[in-house]
Amino acid sequence: MNREGHGNFVGAVKPQSMHFDQPLSFRSGTMLREYDLAYETYGTLNADGSNAVLVCHALNASHHVAGWYENEPDNIGWWDNMIGPGKPLDTRHFFVIGVNNLGGCFGSTGPATLNPETGKPYGSSFPVVTVQDWVEAQTRLADRLGIKRFAAVMGGSLGAMQALQWTISHPERVANAVVVAAAPKLSAQNIAFNEVARQAITTDPDFHGGDFYEHGVVPKRGLRLARMIGHITYLSDDAMMEKFGRTLRSGSINYHFDVDFEVESYLRHQGDKFAEYFDANTYLLITRALDYFDPARDSGDNLTSAMAAATARFLVVSFTSDWRFSPERSREIVKALLDNRRHVSYAEVDAPHGHDAFLLEDPRYHALVRSFFEQVHARL
Amino acid sequence: MNATPRNPATLNGRPDFEAIAAWIRPGSTVLDLGCGDGSLLAYLAEKVQVTGYGIEISDSNVLACVRNGVNVIQSDLDRGLAGFDAGSFDYVILSQTLQAMRNTEAIVQEMLRVGREGIVTFPNFGHWESRMQNLLGRMPVSDSLPYQWYDTPNIHLCTVKDFKAFCTTHAVRITDSLVLHRGRPVSILPNLLGSLAVFRFERAS
Repeated sequence: MNREGHGNFVGAVKPQSMHFDQPLSFRSGTMLREYDLAYETYGTLNADGSNAVLVCHALNASHHVAGWYENEPDNIGWWDNMIGPGKPLDTRHFFVIGVNNLGGCFGSTGPATLNPETGKPYGSSFPVVTVQDWVEAQTRLADRLGIKRFAAVMGGSLGAMQALQWTISHPERVANAVVVAAAPKLSAQNIAFNEVARQAITTDPDFHGGDFYEHGVVPKRGLRLARMIGHITYLSDDAMMEKFGRTLRSGSINYHFDVDFEVESYLRHQGDKFAEYFDANTYLLITRALDYFDPARDSGDNLTSAMAAATARFLVVSFTSDWRFSPERSREIVKALLDNRRHVSYAEVDAPHGHDAFLLEDPRYHALVRSFFEQVHARL
Repeated sequence: MNATPRNPATLNGRPDFEAIAAWIRPGSTVLDLGCGDGSLLAYLAEKVQVTGYGIEISDSNVLACVRNGVNVIQSDLDRGLAGFDAGSFDYVILSQTLQAMRNTEAIVQEMLRVGREGIVTFPNFGHWESRMQNLLGRMPVSDSLPYQWYDTPNIHLCTVKDFKAFCTTHAVRITDSLVLHRGRPVSILPNLLGSLAVFRFERAS
């Protein structure tokens, strides 16, 4: 990402942290007695607290949604092209909140955090978290920030699932929802990819059943593989062909099993980078939260019944080349909303980048989000 | 980006909008196929408090609907209304789009599967101006047909008489109709003097 020539920016931001000492019970039956949530905010909360927008993150992202850090000018928020003064989600009008989910590895309480009861990292004992649990934790942050009702909850991919869950669990607290590159639940193929990624991690000898911290090692080989397989599913076949083709690293075939093709080099680089900063247990937890997400499950597998509670106005956006969460999956959400006569607009953006398109700056996509938020602002 | 107007002839008075609004029960549900920039749905929401959704294929029209606060579903009408349950809407409207559909028969049947009633509006190819231009050896170009033969999206043009005949052979019962010219109802020789036809229909039982 480039900070020059893209209009206005949030600028330097400071991550914040809030401590919660009221226990949080999880769907799995376990609980955390206390926890911290790392978050960032951009823009200003208005007097009646009505202009707050919660931005939920996907698999490998964090509360660092926009702007950069004073001491790390290259650490730019993951949705900086979407959020800022004059951006589609305009921080001159909205108070935007990014929060790192529980179980994460960017500041919120997670598997690498020291368990106050044992003095050791939670590791394998960290509760299996669900999207519902995350939403409950987010409601507590909202309470503490004085936000009774969000002007909007927004997310892409797993972040979109949180937005959906918000509209079902707390309809009175969500006026609008922006649901991008989403699915109402994972398919068997989606779960299969997650399982391969988890197997890569759990079979790494350095994983130590999830308690690798005390061994002073990191299951980097597993994380690398998990990232590589994940990354393939975020891109479209066309996007990969366009980006790498069959280009050879050294210009000729070397008859070995080291890197020959550019795409191999790219995947290894992505894997290496990821293994340096991401927590293996967090990867397991987040992919599991994806697998378990299925709001229709509690309503007799009927998504229309599940969405009956939702009262928000929705913008649902999918991307034609997204084979991980294809447009058909978004249409399931749209149909459930239509069945309930909810306000919903749905756009299918013809973008070539696959699932990752939701993070990129496609002018049609950004214009839709911008127009939707202009309406949200007008109704404040 | 500006939405393409459906039809310059109806932009000012929107006589077809008024006719449609008069037929619609307040508070009912409406699906508008090929809804353009959503102006009909916005009009109906204001006048008769409908809960409405538009269907549009074009990116710029979808954006215009979002900008206008109108619910819109991006979809290709020529692939039918597969995502919509039978009888799920009170009215299904096809305004100034019938003549641009590839599968005209299929879409009319789909309208009456998904909606209890259907409403279509289309430019009347039987209007005397069209007939005259044709007689003089040129394809008609007028306020209601503002295209040249080589750039027109209209591939299934018909006359008021043609549409009535179509309904008879396709188990469609016309319950109301109106033919307009320059915003005024035409009662004498409507197929000759009217440029815009508005039909309301249901399934013939």
